[in-house]
Amino acid sequence: MKRRTTLKMVAAATLAGTMSMATAAFAAETIKIGAVAPKTGPLAGGATVTQWPNVELWANQVNEAGGLNVGGTKMMVEIIEYDDKTNPGEHIKAANRLINQDKANFIVAPYGTGFNIAAAPIYGKAGYPMVAVSAITDKMDTLTAKFPNLFFTLGTTTSFVEGVKEILVEQRDAGKIGNRVAMVNVADAFGIELSNVAREMFVEAGFELVYDKSYPLGTPDLSPVMKGAKAANPDAFVAWSYPPDTFGLAKQAIIEDLDVSVYYSAVATSFPAYFGANGSKIDNVLGAGGTNVDDPKIAAYRKAHEEVTGKTADYWASANTYAALEVLGQAIEGAGTLDRDAVTDYIKNNSFDTVMGELNFEDNVSYKFWTVGQWQDGVFRGVKGVNVDGAVPVRLKNGWK
Amino acid sequence: MNGGIREILLAAAIVVLAAFVPLVVNPYWLSIGVTAMMYIALCTSWVIFSGPTHYISLASGAFFGVGGYLVATGMSDYELSFWLMAAVSPFVALVLAGLIGWATLRLSGVYFVIFTLGLAEMIRNLVSWIQNNFLGSRGLYVLTDFTEAHIYWMLLGIAAVVYLLGWWVNRSRIGFALKIIGNDESVAKHVGINTATSKIILFMTTGFFAALVGAVIAPRYSYIEPNQVFSPELSFMVVIMALLGGAGRLWGPIVGVIPFTLVWEWVSIKMPNQTTMLIGLIFLLIVYVLPHGIVGRLEQAFAKMREGRH
Amino acid sequence: MDIIVSGLLLAGTYALVAMGLNLQYGVARIMNLANGEVLVLGALAAFWLYLNAQISPLLTIFMVGPIAFVGNWLIYRFLLTPLVRRSKNQGQLEVDSILATFGMSFFLVGIMISIEGGFFAYTYLSEPISILGSTSSLNRLVAFLMAVLIGGSLYLWLNHTRPGVAVRAVAVSTEASGLVGIDVPRISALAFALGGAVTAVGGSLISTFITLDASVGVVFTMKALIIVIMGGVGEIRGAIVAAIILGVVETAVATLIDPGLTLAAAYLIFILILLFRPEGLFGRRAT
Repeated sequence: MKRRTTLKMVAAATLAGTMSMATAAFAAETIKIGAVAPKTGPLAGGATVTQWPNVELWANQVNEAGGLNVGGTKMMVEIIEYDDKTNPGEHIKAANRLINQDKANFIVAPYGTGFNIAAAPIYGKAGYPMVAVSAITDKMDTLTAKFPNLFFTLGTTTSFVEGVKEILVEQRDAGKIGNRVAMVNVADAFGIELSNVAREMFVEAGFELVYDKSYPLGTPDLSPVMKGAKAANPDAFVAWSYPPDTFGLAKQAIIEDLDVSVYYSAVATSFPAYFGANGSKIDNVLGAGGTNVDDPKIAAYRKAHEEVTGKTADYWASANTYAALEVLGQAIEGAGTLDRDAVTDYIKNNSFDTVMGELNFEDNVSYKFWTVGQWQDGVFRGVKGVNVDGAVPVRLKNGWK
Repeated sequence: MNGGIREILLAAAIVVLAAFVPLVVNPYWLSIGVTAMMYIALCTSWVIFSGPTHYISLASGAFFGVGGYLVATGMSDYELSFWLMAAVSPFVALVLAGLIGWATLRLSGVYFVIFTLGLAEMIRNLVSWIQNNFLGSRGLYVLTDFTEAHIYWMLLGIAAVVYLLGWWVNRSRIGFALKIIGNDESVAKHVGINTATSKIILFMTTGFFAALVGAVIAPRYSYIEPNQVFSPELSFMVVIMALLGGAGRLWGPIVGVIPFTLVWEWVSIKMPNQTTMLIGLIFLLIVYVLPHGIVGRLEQAFAKMREGRH
Repeated sequence: MDIIVSGLLLAGTYALVAMGLNLQYGVARIMNLANGEVLVLGALAAFWLYLNAQISPLLTIFMVGPIAFVGNWLIYRFLLTPLVRRSKNQGQLEVDSILATFGMSFFLVGIMISIEGGFFAYTYLSEPISILGSTSSLNRLVAFLMAVLIGGSLYLWLNHTRPGVAVRAVAVSTEASGLVGIDVPRISALAFALGGAVTAVGGSLISTFITLDASVGVVFTMKALIIVIMGGVGEIRGAIVAAIILGVVETAVATLIDPGLTLAAAYLIFILILLFRPEGLFGRRAT
C-alpha cells in the first residue's frame, strides 16, 4: 500500500517556497524511502507499536524542518510503505518492488531478525544501507562480513541475556534471592536461541533451573506453564517470551499469585499496553529493553512521538528505531549526496547525534542499548544496559496486587 | 504414444523458454517468478496425488517445512552442506508421508483432509519442542551464495521432473488404478486393485517433492524460523492454485498459478488487508463456478465448439 | 487433582463446541471447516462488546446465539443447499462442503482481521478461586457451568421434543427419515443453524479465559473434529466423553510433559482412533 504521508508537507512547503526563492527543482525532487514491515500477521502487533510510528514521526520531523540538506539542496522525504504480512516470501517481493519498480533511494530496515536477514542479500546486492534495529543475533561477524551494508544497533543475543543474569547474580549475592530459577521460553527461533544461551549462562553462574519448559508460539492457554513453574518453588522467574505470551503469562502470574522476587518476561514487557492491561499489579516486573525517561532528549522524543502519532512510544526499541532513522538522515546530509555507497561509507566512519546519545559503528555494530528495564510506578525504566546512562536500581517484586 | 511424445516435446520447449526468464526480466519480476515456480512445482506434485483420488491434501506445508527445516538445521548446527541436506530431507518426508498415508488413507477422504489440516501446525510444535529440548540451536542460518536466478533454475528443474513423473504415472498401471479409485473406490477394490498401496505411494511422492522444494527455497530466506516454514497457509495456497487451474490435468496448476500470483501481487499492493478475503472468494468461486478449474471450463467450451460444428 | 479439575473445566467448553459441529456434520452432513471461525466470531463479539459497552460475556451469549443461528441458517440455505442438491453421493458432498466452508473460513478471517487485527485480550472474572484444593480462575468455572447448562438443555431437547427427535433421526439416516415423512432439508438447515449457534456461544465463553485472535480458528476446528470423530459422528454422548478425554489429556500433557506437545497429543489420540476404532467410541460402523 503506497501512502504518501508527506504529500501535504510537500504542498505546504512548495507554497512557502514559491513565495521566497524557490528553485525549479525544489518541489519535484523528494528522497524516496521505502519501508516494508508487518501490518498484518503475527508480528504486526509489535511493528505497530515500535516500527511504523517512528517512521511516521521521523518523516514528519524531517519535513517540518524543511527536509534533508543534500549537498546544498533541501529535499523532503517521501515514505513508500508495504505490508509484508509477516511472511518472508512477501517481504522479498516487496523489497524487490521498492528497488526495481519504485526506485527507492533508501530503505528503512525491516522489523524482526528473520526479515532483516532475509532482506540483507537483496538490499546488499543493490547497495542499500540497512541500519537494523530489531535484529538481535550472535552471528554479527558472519553477517556483516557477508553483508557489508548491514548495521546492527540493538545488541547480541548474549548481551540480551547477560543483563538478566547480572541482575540474578546481584540479587543472590545480596542475599535477596536463592538460586532456584524457573525458566520458560516461546518455542520459536528467538525464544529457543535465548533460552539456550541463558541455560548455559545461568548454570555456569551457579543457578539451579528448577523448571525449564517451552511452549509453542501462539499457545492460548498458559496456565499449565505457570502452575508448573509455581509448583517448582522458584526464587526467580524468567520467560523468553513474545508479545502474546508476555501478556498471557502476566495474567496467569496474577491468578496464581506467583511468589517470586524477580520476574522477567522478554519482548513486549516494555509496551505501554502491558501496564495498561495490568496496572499496578505488574509493578516491579522486569522486561527486555528500558529507557531513560529523564534524559532530556528522550523526554522530548517521547513527547513528539505522542503528539505526532497519537501513540505512546514503547520503552525500548522505539527510541532505537528513531535513532536509526536519524543515523540515516544525518548520513545522507553528511555525505551530501544520494549515492548509496557514499552514504554507507559515511555511516561506517562517523558518529551521529541521536536521541540515544552519540552513536558510532565499530565494524558495523553500535554498542549503545538497554538490555533490561523494570516497571517502577507506572514507568518502565532501564536498569541494565551497554554504554547507556541513567540506570536505576532494581527493585524486588512483592506480590501481584 | 505419438500424442504422448508430442506432449513431452511441448513441455520441454516450455521449460527451455522458462529458463530464459531470469536473463531477461528485472529482479522484481524474477522474485515473482521464483514464487510462481515454487508453486508450480508444489501444485503439480499435489495434483499427481489429489487429482485422480479427489483426496484434498493439506499436508504440503508440513512437508515443505520438513525440507526447509532440515536444511537449515543441518547447515547451521551441524555444518553440513546444503546439497547433502537438500538430498536427505525429501527422503525423510517420504517416510513421513508413508506413515501418514498408511494411517489415514485406508479410510475415507474426510479423515485424510482433517488429518492434514492440522499437520503443519502439529509438526511445527513437535519440531520446536525437539529443537528446544534436544538440539539447542543458536538460530538457523542458511547462508549460501545462491542468487534468485539459481533458485529459480533449481525450482524449474524440480517442476520439470515433477511434470515428467506425472506424465509417466498417467500412463502407468498406478495411474490407471488411481483414476478408477477416483471414480469409484469399491469398483477398484473389486477389480483387484490394491487401493491403499497405490494411494500411499503417490502420496509419498507429493511429500518427497514438497520437501525438496522447501529445501531449495531455504537459502532464499537465509534465516529459518519454524513458524514460517511449517506454514498452514502454504498448504491452502497450493490447494487453491491447483484447483483454480484444474486438478484434472497435469498442466492445470500452471494455468492456476500464474494468474493467481499476478492477482495476488496486485491485491497485495493495492489492498493488503484484503488478501485473506481474496483467498476465500476464490475458493468459493472454484466450488460454485469452476468445479473443475479453469482447465475444466476451457475443455467444456472446446467440447461445445466441436459439437456445434457438427 | 489439579490436572483433573483444569482438564474438566476445559472439556466443558470443548464439549459445547463439539456438539455444534456434531449437529452440522452428523445431521446436516456438512463438514464445516469454518466451524473454528464461527467460534472465534463468538469470541470477537464477546470481546468487542465487553471492551466497548462493558456488556458481560454472559449476557452477550444471548445475543450471539440467535444471530449465529440466523447467520448459519442463511449460509446453509443459500450457500450449502446448492451443493447438497448437486452432489451425487455423500463423498462428493463432503469434498464440496469442505472446499466451500474452507473458502468461507478465509472470508470470515479476513472480515475479523479488519475489525480487530490483534488479540481479543480482556480480563473478565479473572479472580482466582479454589476448587477441590486446586487453584483455577472464576471465569473457567463460569464458562464450564454455562456449557453444562446449554449442553444439558440441548440434550433434553434432542431427546424429548418432536423436532429434536426428528434431528436425531436424520442423523441416523436421511433416506429412512425421508420415508417416515420428515422434511430432511428443513431439519438439516435447522441442525446446521443450531450447531452454529452453539459453537458461537462456546466461543464467547472460551474467550473469557483464553485469549484468541482472528487466525486461531483452525486449531479449534481441528480439535472439534477430533472430538466429533472420537465420540462418533452424530453421537452427543460420545462427544461429551471425547471432550472430557481430550481436555484432561491435553492438560495432563501440558503439565506433566510439555505444553508444546498438546497438539501432538491430540493428534496421537486421533491416529489411535483412526487405526482402531474409526467409527468413534459410541458410533456404529458405517453401512
